Amino acid sequence: MIVDLALQGLQMGLVLLVAPLLTGVTRKVKARLLRRRGASVLQPYRDLWRLMRKEALMAENASWLYRAAPYVVFSAVWVAAALVPTFATGLLFNWAADLLVIVALLGTARFALALAGMDVGTSFGGLGASREMMIASLAEPAMLMIVFTIALLAKTTQLTVIAGYLATEPVGLRASLGLVFVALVIVSLAENARIPVDNPATHLELTMVHEAMALEYSGRHLALIEMAAALKLVLYLSLFACLLAPFGIAAADSPLGDDALGLAAYLAKLLVGALLLAVGETSIAKMRVFRVAEFLGGALVLGLLATILLFVSRSM
Amino acid sequence: MDVLATILGGAVFLIALGAVASMAPPTRAWVRFVYGLTAGVCVVLLAGAGAALVAAEAPATLVLPIGLPWIGAHFRLDSLSALFLVVVDLGGAISGLYAIGYGVHESAPRRVLPFFPAFIAAMNLVVVADDAFAFLMSWEFMSITSWALVVSNPRDPGASKAGLLYIVMAGFGTLMLLLAFGLLAGADGGYAFDTIRASARPAWVGAAVLSLTLLGAGSKAGLFPLHVWLPLAHPAAPSHVSSLMSGVMTKVAIYGAIRILFDLAGGGIAWWWSVPVLVIGATTAVIGVLYALMQHDLKRLLAYHTVENIGIIFIGLGLALAFHANGLEAYAAVALTAALLHVFNHSLFKSLLFLGSGAILHASGARDIDRLGGLIHRMPVTAALFLVGSAAISALPPLNGFVSEWLTFQAVLVSPDLPQTLLKFLVPTIGAALALSAALAAACFVKAFGVTFLGRARTAEAAEARETDCFSLAAMGILAVLCLAIGVFPTVAVDGLAPVTRLMVAATLPAPGAGVAPLSLVPFSSAQSSYNGFIILAFLAISGSATAWFIHRFASRAARRGPAWDCGFPNASPASQYTAASFSQPIRRIFGTVVFRARETVDMPAPGETRAARIAVKMIDPAWAWMVAPVLGLIGATTDRINFLQFLTVRRYLSLVFAALVVLLVVVALWG
Repeated sequence: MIVDLALQGLQMGLVLLVAPLLTGVTRKVKARLLRRRGASVLQPYRDLWRLMRKEALMAENASWLYRAAPYVVFSAVWVAAALVPTFATGLLFNWAADLLVIVALLGTARFALALAGMDVGTSFGGLGASREMMIASLAEPAMLMIVFTIALLAKTTQLTVIAGYLATEPVGLRASLGLVFVALVIVSLAENARIPVDNPATHLELTMVHEAMALEYSGRHLALIEMAAALKLVLYLSLFACLLAPFGIAAADSPLGDDALGLAAYLAKLLVGALLLAVGETSIAKMRVFRVAEFLGGALVLGLLATILLFVSRSM
Repeated sequence: MDVLATILGGAVFLIALGAVASMAPPTRAWVRFVYGLTAGVCVVLLAGAGAALVAAEAPATLVLPIGLPWIGAHFRLDSLSALFLVVVDLGGAISGLYAIGYGVHESAPRRVLPFFPAFIAAMNLVVVADDAFAFLMSWEFMSITSWALVVSNPRDPGASKAGLLYIVMAGFGTLMLLLAFGLLAGADGGYAFDTIRASARPAWVGAAVLSLTLLGAGSKAGLFPLHVWLPLAHPAAPSHVSSLMSGVMTKVAIYGAIRILFDLAGGGIAWWWSVPVLVIGATTAVIGVLYALMQHDLKRLLAYHTVENIGIIFIGLGLALAFHANGLEAYAAVALTAALLHVFNHSLFKSLLFLGSGAILHASGARDIDRLGGLIHRMPVTAALFLVGSAAISALPPLNGFVSEWLTFQAVLVSPDLPQTLLKFLVPTIGAALALSAALAAACFVKAFGVTFLGRARTAEAAEARETDCFSLAAMGILAVLCLAIGVFPTVAVDGLAPVTRLMVAATLPAPGAGVAPLSLVPFSSAQSSYNGFIILAFLAISGSATAWFIHRFASRAARRGPAWDCGFPNASPASQYTAASFSQPIRRIFGTVVFRARETVDMPAPGETRAARIAVKMIDPAWAWMVAPVLGLIGATTDRINFLQFLTVRRYLSLVFAALVVLLVVVALWG
């Protein structure tokens, strides 16, 4: 029981600690690819600490919701990230939520942030909230089709069971999993506000989505929102690791040595993910906001195709 | 004491109360007394129904010597009736409590007061009726009392039009149900539900009953495209009545559908019954929320969300039919539990939201959210309660709306075990539609809450709004607490539904405690899926407060107020804020161009001209364009054609009467 609790606590601490580093690595690689030197990979830690120590400047008409929203956003994303299996399956609280709950928790965070964007009553806040909800309305059905395909394969929506199943059973190379992979890439790019859907580095007014909602925030509130964004990236990379590269993950009730091995494998997977993300982001351009609908619609269709392919291959 | 007798007695008492209320002059104290007494009676009935639901005893029956000769009026209380009695009387009690504060502002209290208790009584009677005659009489009584409430505002010209459409649609629905019961009863005319249950019937009768039920109960519940009356009629009534109509009366219609499809026609369920139910349910869910997104009238927006949620409930019912017909009873229990839980959840949060809209309407005089804004500063408690309702209807954890939608998804996810290929391919698509409607609902409530409560006040009335009275706040507070409680302890609610699923599909969810933790909701097995709202909430609360503590202790807690940043060019005019139309513009461009054929025309003045630029949006309502308009046209043309019958001589009239008599006699002779 104590060990279980400690492992769950370790995971909560791990995702929190590794999140700024992941952002730092992504930024560093992107800078190197653009032949810049780039800031140190530890820069996000320094930024967050500096933001937290500054006073928070708020608009005169900001309400209690504006002050509470960063905490809601941060804790919902943190809890969701802590429930995705990272280095080990079968952690104490993994049973409290399946994949659908994790997706819905991210929905709660998005709801809070979109409302906070509308609180001050500026046009940019409304613009960000409106576009974010439009993107989410397309990304969520696509994500559900992904969940459906995986649930069809593993007969469960419990991530920890899925990871165990995919790690041990000879699933082989399936066309469905390939389609799911592509769909999941598209959905993750949209959910994490990355290029080509949104640009995390932009402050050019009319191209912002995520940044427009957080435009008024400063100080500790901004730190929490940035931290939540970093955590969300960790969450989605963990999801990739857990669904498509589950090797090395420690089984439930395994000796602690396996956990250490799983930890090393997990960190390596995150590093690979960050590298791929940086390369991908550098090689494509951001698309217009109404092209995003077609992009995400593609993910939805891929998810549907994956499901149907699975039925067809089953019946043959 | 006998619960069934109490329910009937309570209903009679409420009708009598309405009759008395129509005679006495409506002083402030009298209005408060009537609403308070109605709420009190509802609490008593609620306690009885709740006890009957928990006790889950054998059905109690009662035959009264009223109604049709030799048949009498049959009443029966089983678990399904008890569940819907809980929904009806909880809604009635809350609405009555709210009206103690809100009802005294009514412009014409005598047009509301007599019908309010009678409306609640009628809904109680529908749910306990046990023969077709009693059922249809109560159903019509419910329609007529609610119609009277819809047209209760004499100064609203839209209300009488809405009332006319409503009464026509209600009459159509009752006619469909009448035919359905006629087919169920067969040529021998066994109209008691016991007789109907026992008799077997051919497959084509089953198909006809299914279609008639979907038309009859569906038009009352608001299934697309028969929903056209709903977004006009529900908002036209006073807000506490809107909450009853949207939160409760649509559920009585669902009760009718479940009673007929699962119970009365239960022996003849075929798997393909689920196909129209699923397709219509999914269409209704997606179209309903898209309609809602296009609205800027708060009450009409909420009414369209009722349409959406009815669609979600019918998806659950369709899945339950599919599993039940294939003998997969454990899955059917999950799907039916999801539908029934959503019935209860929707009655909670939709009542909460309609009551909130009433508070806003009274405080600012506006239903148009583009005339509001910044109300969170003026009405902080209403804002917090409305936020709970918005998050619940958007299916966000840890609130109750999420639990029932999660259960529906679980039922969708086991659909590959269905043997029929059509259903295998159909159900995943339905699941995607369900996810789409949930995501769009979240977008819609960011819009509704954000434009109404956040930002800056757009009119002087909104800037001067005052917090509503304590009765109204108490009513909304109870609903908000229930929304949270069911989200956090879903197993308690699901346990309460177990007797109903056992009665309808002879299976229940696994007992709590069988899972990993006692509060985990486990539809099939814990290895397959589980949800523990309590742990999620505890996790959220602990991590949120630990973060706040850490930051305030080790970093900074200083805060300063200044002008808004807005990229350096803050615009002082509140008109520069996003409105309902601008918020939903991206969604209108993506979905609206297909569904509503939305077209934007921009009228841009040439350089040098000083007039303002204009943007106009034109949308075509598919239900009106394809269903209502042709039907109305047909009725108009037919009535024009047969208008000459009004100007005949006495001799011709008499020959017409004679011909009709002969035709009828021939029909009777051929039938026998």
